[in-house]
Amino acid sequence: MNFILRSGRVIDPGQAFDRIADVLVLDGHIAEIRPNLEIGSDPLKDIREWDVIDKWVVPGLVDMHVHLREPGEEYKENIASGTRAAVAGGYTAVACMPNTRPVNDCAAVTHFILKRAAEKGVCRVLPVGAISKGLDGENLSEFGELREAGAVAVTDDGRPVMNSQLMRRALEYARIFDMVVMSHAEDLNLSHGGLMNEGLISTLTGLAGIPVSAEEVMVARDILLAELTHGRLHVAHVSTAGSVRLIREAKSRGLSVTAETAPHYFTLTDEALLGFDTHCKVNPPLRTLRDVQAIHAGLKDGTIDAIATDHAPHSVLEKDVEFDLAANGIIGLESALPLVLALVWEGILTPSEAIAKISTNPAHILGLSAGTLKRGSPADITVIDPHVRYRLDCETFQSKARNCPFHGRDMHGQALLTIVGGNIAFSRMTS
Amino acid sequence: MQFARKDLLGIRELSAGEIEYILNTATAFKEINRRPIKKVPTLRGKTVVHLFYEPSTRTRTSFDIAAKRLSADTFSIATATSSMVKGETFLDTLKNLEAMQADVFVIRHSASGAPQRLAGRTSAAVINAGDGMHEHPSQALLDMLTIRDHRGELAGLTVAIIGDIAHSRVARSNIWGLNKMGAQVVCCGPPTLIPADLEKMGVTVSYRLEEVIPHADVLMVLRLQRERQEQMLLPSLREYAIYYGIDTEKLKKARGDVLIMHPGPINRGVEISPEVADGPHSVILEQVTNGVAVRMALLYLLVQKERPSAELVI
Repeated sequence: MNFILRSGRVIDPGQAFDRIADVLVLDGHIAEIRPNLEIGSDPLKDIREWDVIDKWVVPGLVDMHVHLREPGEEYKENIASGTRAAVAGGYTAVACMPNTRPVNDCAAVTHFILKRAAEKGVCRVLPVGAISKGLDGENLSEFGELREAGAVAVTDDGRPVMNSQLMRRALEYARIFDMVVMSHAEDLNLSHGGLMNEGLISTLTGLAGIPVSAEEVMVARDILLAELTHGRLHVAHVSTAGSVRLIREAKSRGLSVTAETAPHYFTLTDEALLGFDTHCKVNPPLRTLRDVQAIHAGLKDGTIDAIATDHAPHSVLEKDVEFDLAANGIIGLESALPLVLALVWEGILTPSEAIAKISTNPAHILGLSAGTLKRGSPADITVIDPHVRYRLDCETFQSKARNCPFHGRDMHGQALLTIVGGNIAFSRMTS
Repeated sequence: MQFARKDLLGIRELSAGEIEYILNTATAFKEINRRPIKKVPTLRGKTVVHLFYEPSTRTRTSFDIAAKRLSADTFSIATATSSMVKGETFLDTLKNLEAMQADVFVIRHSASGAPQRLAGRTSAAVINAGDGMHEHPSQALLDMLTIRDHRGELAGLTVAIIGDIAHSRVARSNIWGLNKMGAQVVCCGPPTLIPADLEKMGVTVSYRLEEVIPHADVLMVLRLQRERQEQMLLPSLREYAIYYGIDTEKLKKARGDVLIMHPGPINRGVEISPEVADGPHSVILEQVTNGVAVRMALLYLLVQKERPSAELVI
């Protein structure tokens, strides 16, 4: 389909572009971005025009950390529902974690995910392979085979690599394929039995605490191993002030370290647990105001490169239970964008910085051709209505899951149109 | 004063006035327990269900005796948490019992927050009989009643809570209650058993028992679970007893009128020596006696709110 988006505010952080312009898409690619674009009538009769005045036109959003639950736990989410949730939230590409059943630790599973995505998916699906076979934490999976099958990175996300030797070897071996190693930083001995952040609120609720050091010890270890191996380390779901400090220091020494956080870590604190709401049970746990402020600062100064959702769907079977028994996880695909925009409205990030965190930077970390509006790029585009105000209603979600702590929250800003490869994957446009 | 709550989930949400009202009501009920015929018709026709998802003898018996002395019909359901694979079992059980028109659920659960979760899903009254490490409100109320019996009032007293504060719902409920009633609370135990940011609850923390004992009006001794040793929280029960166990030698530094309390069950020779547990300062069995009166008061107050015209028939 050929079309032109007229008079939107085009924000492409990769090209330092931020002004009112028209965007022309031909044959699924970005053909032109220019103010007051004239299109000849001759060969291009079927060009549709959309007026997106007052709207933002940005490179398609990239979520580098989601759980699609397929194969194995399709009752929670599957590739069809998860990608529908993605495009409804403005995402055109999602990187799915390997902790499925079976684990994505070999080409066969990667192929299966990509095949299902081609059949049922409505956005790009980027499988992430496992660091260790079966996530056993002991034996390296075949990174080369995974890479050739289409895996964009490796991680044992959901559990940490406790064995430091294995983490060292993973960072080294991944260098052959220039793959980034995503670290779920958690010392299982320090977090053992913990249900929420350790502090005043865990003392009040009587829920066993997880100290910030459970994360920070492993962030420090992985930074040292990245330094040793010259491997590419990406720290997933940063939740503490100490982790921000460690990553900032590593970057100042020029190490190849990147990091992401998730909206709940810069929006909520552990006080949300006072009512024992299992929708706020997540790993790493919600921390304190001090940590939230440090994450804001880390986003602002570039210490934290990306915002990912860690979309972790669970059914009521896992969540409508006693807090001790509830599964960890929060869904994020359909609530992330307005929570990121809230950082803009609060003056913490500029619009361009915000879009970089959810498009340009994650695409760059994963080595994708996405996250840009450069001429000739595949037309993955998100149009955002930055003015709309609404109350978030989880019952309208495309995701199968409802484990969202933001239900009923007043939001400001929403995806209006999600375009994947020049095709409209999702639209809230009325005309 | 009218007690308007549907449930009793914790001391945290109570006002000093409400605590005082419960203690006064309990005091009125104490007399029934001394009668030759210990039964009044106050809750006749009401159904009280004890749902115990964690082992308990004392608390369950105490609630059961309290309900029966008020002429309620009582049923007990006890299940080990380990057999509960999914939590719906608990909710389903509750919904089934509610469908049989139960009026009050007395809930003991190993998971912090379990009674709160269920209270929002039933129109029956819920009494928290101890949830995880969170709260044990009826225990704190009977403790406060026992102290008040001896000292007249709680305000101005110094109460030392000694031992495994981190894992203790009794400690948390007492800290809330004693603070609200104007007492000073000192928590004393090894740092491994003091929870994070405890001072922010408005208590003083000490790691050395000898600094605490001389100033305390009350020594509230907590049970030490034997598994704390395996969790690397303590080197041995032996060393714990040396530094934190209350014995006659350590008690020599205490005030002459000090009260020794323990929520039970006692590990004799670990947190408290037999001589102290059975000695002249001990009010441990008075706590148990007061437990019945406090639980009668709670059952009465929570059921009575449905029948505002009901008179306190004693």
